[in-house]
Amino acid sequence: MNKLPSTVKMGWRRGKIEIRQFLRQRESVVFTLLFPLILMAIFGSVFKGEIAHGVKFSQYFLAGMIASGMINSGFQQLAINIPMERDDGSLKRLRGTPMPATSYFIGKLIMVLASITFQVILLLIGGVLFFGVHLPTSPNKWFIFSLIMILGTGGSASLGVAFSIVPKSGRGASAIVTPVIIIMQFFSGVFFVFTQLPKWMQDFASVFPLKWLCQGIRSVFLPDAFAQSEVAHSWETGRILLVLAIWFIVGLVISIRTFKWNRE
Amino acid sequence: MSVIEVRNLHKNYGPLQAVDGVDLTIERGEIFAILGPNGAGKTTTVEILEGFRTRNSGEVKVLDFDPQFKGKGARDFRDRIGIVLQATSDAGDLTVAETIHHYAGYYSDPRDANEVIDAIGLGDKKKDLVHTLSGGQRRRLDVGLGIIGNPELLFLDEPTTGFDPEARHDFWDLIRGLRDLGTTIVLTTHYLEEAEALADRVAVINKGKILEIGTPANLGDRATSLARVQWESAGTMHEQFTDKPTAVIAKLMHEFTDEIPKLTVSRATLEDIYLQMIGEATGDTK
Repeated sequence: MNKLPSTVKMGWRRGKIEIRQFLRQRESVVFTLLFPLILMAIFGSVFKGEIAHGVKFSQYFLAGMIASGMINSGFQQLAINIPMERDDGSLKRLRGTPMPATSYFIGKLIMVLASITFQVILLLIGGVLFFGVHLPTSPNKWFIFSLIMILGTGGSASLGVAFSIVPKSGRGASAIVTPVIIIMQFFSGVFFVFTQLPKWMQDFASVFPLKWLCQGIRSVFLPDAFAQSEVAHSWETGRILLVLAIWFIVGLVISIRTFKWNRE
Repeated sequence: MSVIEVRNLHKNYGPLQAVDGVDLTIERGEIFAILGPNGAGKTTTVEILEGFRTRNSGEVKVLDFDPQFKGKGARDFRDRIGIVLQATSDAGDLTVAETIHHYAGYYSDPRDANEVIDAIGLGDKKKDLVHTLSGGQRRRLDVGLGIIGNPELLFLDEPTTGFDPEARHDFWDLIRGLRDLGTTIVLTTHYLEEAEALADRVAVINKGKILEIGTPANLGDRATSLARVQWESAGTMHEQFTDKPTAVIAKLMHEFTDEIPKLTVSRATLEDIYLQMIGEATGDTK
């Protein structure tokens, strides 16, 4: 008898089919990929001032938008999409095949990674062309950026899978998930400069990954002098990576423990 | 060797006893129908056999495997079965061909995807998106996904609900074709004519209990049950239930010199038997 295809191979196939399905939902493609660009354009035109010497708000905002993109394509997309798949029978059908849950997760991760990469590239092009963002030249910065990308994407995706058991139905999912994200964005320094927020908001946001994600991306794309204007007067790179890694692991553990194929 | 062995199966949802002491033995190569009204426990029973639900008590062996066991061997078990769930609405953004080819990649020894597409009669719909298919075509695709892994055992849960009569007959031909290839088929239905047309054996289930198991021809002692002889005499209808209808008619031929007026001899239809069984079980006098 032939052997079953490996978990990784099935995961890769899932990833390809997930991307194909995602691309065919035009509205969702436009919303997920272009919405951050539109927000960039609006905020960039409204707030033109500098927030520190040589740093414009639009540059600060770009970092927040990249971080938000990672949350939207991962956490938001999965926390809404998985309950819908649970409702329409997709998950139950998959459960009836020999494909393991791990392959399903790998497929989701590939889809999220592809979508985030595409989005980050779009935002960086927009930032360089219209908002005077300078791409870093030091390989060290790019190395940190790729670590943040990997941990941020993994954390965002795994927390999305974990959160997917919260909405009671696919229909209601976006009503529950979207406000969570918007509040996080306000608290974490996406729409406002973080250090200007009330102390209690800062403390609250510091528990969650989005604040650290924004800060990490600022550390890559803003001048090093700006580190002085952060809460700790430094980028806190090590701490950022640690917090992101912890949330990634927390997300993985919760998703593996709580993931349900169907509502029995 | 039997493909499915079920002994004293119980499943309850809170106070509701959905499956209440079911025994089943299903043999290799047969089409076995589980017939019953809505809410009788058909889907619960089948979903326990498929491994989707856990039981409260009883013994279940499907292909020599306990389907609720989640550890080693569970994937190999699912590699050997095919499942057609009750109507779903998933994966609408892929084409027929993409969907079938993709699912082929989940199995150790899949059937040829193009052959399956032709077998389910969707050859000319290959490049159509799934959400553009009609209800009947979608159901055929479901069957295609159920058989792509070349299963020894195929479960069909109410496969033709909502079909028009012609689509239903085409669908039955498809299922008979699978049986002829050696696939064991377990189907649930609430259509009598479906059980009668397709099944080698039928289990009638109501309120979680099996009322009877038999061939469609013998269900409810149908083959040996009393015949009903009806005729008219002096302006009123008479009827007599008998196990010797020929003798009754011979006697009547003496009474009437000419044709016996309005003579009919009939036996219970499957529907009579079924309604009677369901009625007795429910306590209705009918």
